[in-house]
Amino acid sequence: MTIFNHYSSLFYSGFGYTLLASLIALVASLVLGTLFALLQLSKKRLWSGLGNAYVQFFRNVPLLIITLFFYLAVAKVIKMTGFVAGTVALSLYTSAFIAESVRAGILSIDKGQMEGALANGLSYGQAMRVIVLPQAFKVAIPSLGNQFINLVKNSSILAFVGGLDLMYQGNLVAASSFDTFTSYIIVGIFYLVLTLPLSYGMQYLEERLQGNR
Amino acid sequence: MSMIEFKDVEKYYGDFHALKDINLKIDAGETVVLIGPSGSGKSTLIRTVNGLEEIQEGQLIVDGFDLHDPKTDMNKIRKNVGMVFQHFNLYNNKTVIENIMLAPRLVLKRDEAENKRIAMELLERVGLADKANNMPSALSGGQKQRVAIARSLAMKPKCLLFDEPTSALDPEMIGDVLKVMREIAEDSDMTMLVVTHEMGFAKAVADRVIFMADGQILEDSSTEQFFKDPSNERAKKFLSQVANH
Repeated sequence: MTIFNHYSSLFYSGFGYTLLASLIALVASLVLGTLFALLQLSKKRLWSGLGNAYVQFFRNVPLLIITLFFYLAVAKVIKMTGFVAGTVALSLYTSAFIAESVRAGILSIDKGQMEGALANGLSYGQAMRVIVLPQAFKVAIPSLGNQFINLVKNSSILAFVGGLDLMYQGNLVAASSFDTFTSYIIVGIFYLVLTLPLSYGMQYLEERLQGNR
Repeated sequence: MSMIEFKDVEKYYGDFHALKDINLKIDAGETVVLIGPSGSGKSTLIRTVNGLEEIQEGQLIVDGFDLHDPKTDMNKIRKNVGMVFQHFNLYNNKTVIENIMLAPRLVLKRDEAENKRIAMELLERVGLADKANNMPSALSGGQKQRVAIARSLAMKPKCLLFDEPTSALDPEMIGDVLKVMREIAEDSDMTMLVVTHEMGFAKAVADRVIFMADGQILEDSSTEQFFKDPSNERAKKFLSQVANH
């Protein structure tokens, strides 16, 4: 407890950066993931090939490699801090998994929904946006919940590139207090403060949406 | 004036030749029933009319648009050509009234108050005004199909396609749906193309009956002629089989 009191400002600051990185990456990866899921399902070979290549690349390369690539290589061309490099890498990496969840969600929706909407006069885009995607997300919620929780935990990758996040601060505290065990316990508790509500939130959303089917 | 015209149309699924040399003209205002054994290509044919299935050869002119021309905007045709499906295909994430109001709002930009008025009118017409705010999952099959018909009518189409609209229904539900279809055929100048196994409906409502088998049109005669004395042997056999139960 004395460690926490002594270093509380570091922990809080790290918590803030982890929260910020997670929120940005969550929104970005959800948007990107949905976009690439739609690309993968395109009837045009070029688009579906592109979508597929993106997903296969980013989900089959370790997050650390992607992060270092942005921090060491891309940052030479476009100036960015470790925080930015880590958050971008995290967004791209997670979006590949989200694309797969959303794609599976879309494929699980009866083809008749799209056909009914097209026959009714809606464009493909309107039918997707208003009819198919809302139903697909509902199906994908449990799996999206998994991705979001992984995302928060994976944000600890920022520590590798000086991203000022919770893990980064935890490393500092552990090094200067010499009490490694307690330092990381505190870090772990902070992660739980983020992931547990997220976990229960997704569960609640799932149950509520099941209700008004 | 013809609403739908097939000229030497061929349709393949890979190697399978689903529609063979289809030539067919349906005039505006006509009610045409399409019958035949399962696998004969009836559903495929009706689904080409609003572009849910592509054709590979020939010409298909619907409401003045050539569907085989890649430059044709399919949405323009679908605005004027409604479709009722065997499995209803109501929007599962929308209430009954939203199902009806959605396309007029998004596609026709119909005024919201007007949209609601028309939707309620249609629901009353199909006897389901009290279900306006229910989700489709709360309806029976027959009710779903009547909502689906109302949804199509809300677009004020020139032509309605029915793809086996009663085949997935319990027997006691069929009558209500057929009644609604019959009223549309009799009270409006809508062009109707109906794939069905309901011979009673065909006899009572159709101007013409088309018999298909193996992807070909084998007979195309007036309703009276068809039921009294079909010229094609397979049509004769089909009729006697259907009549026997």
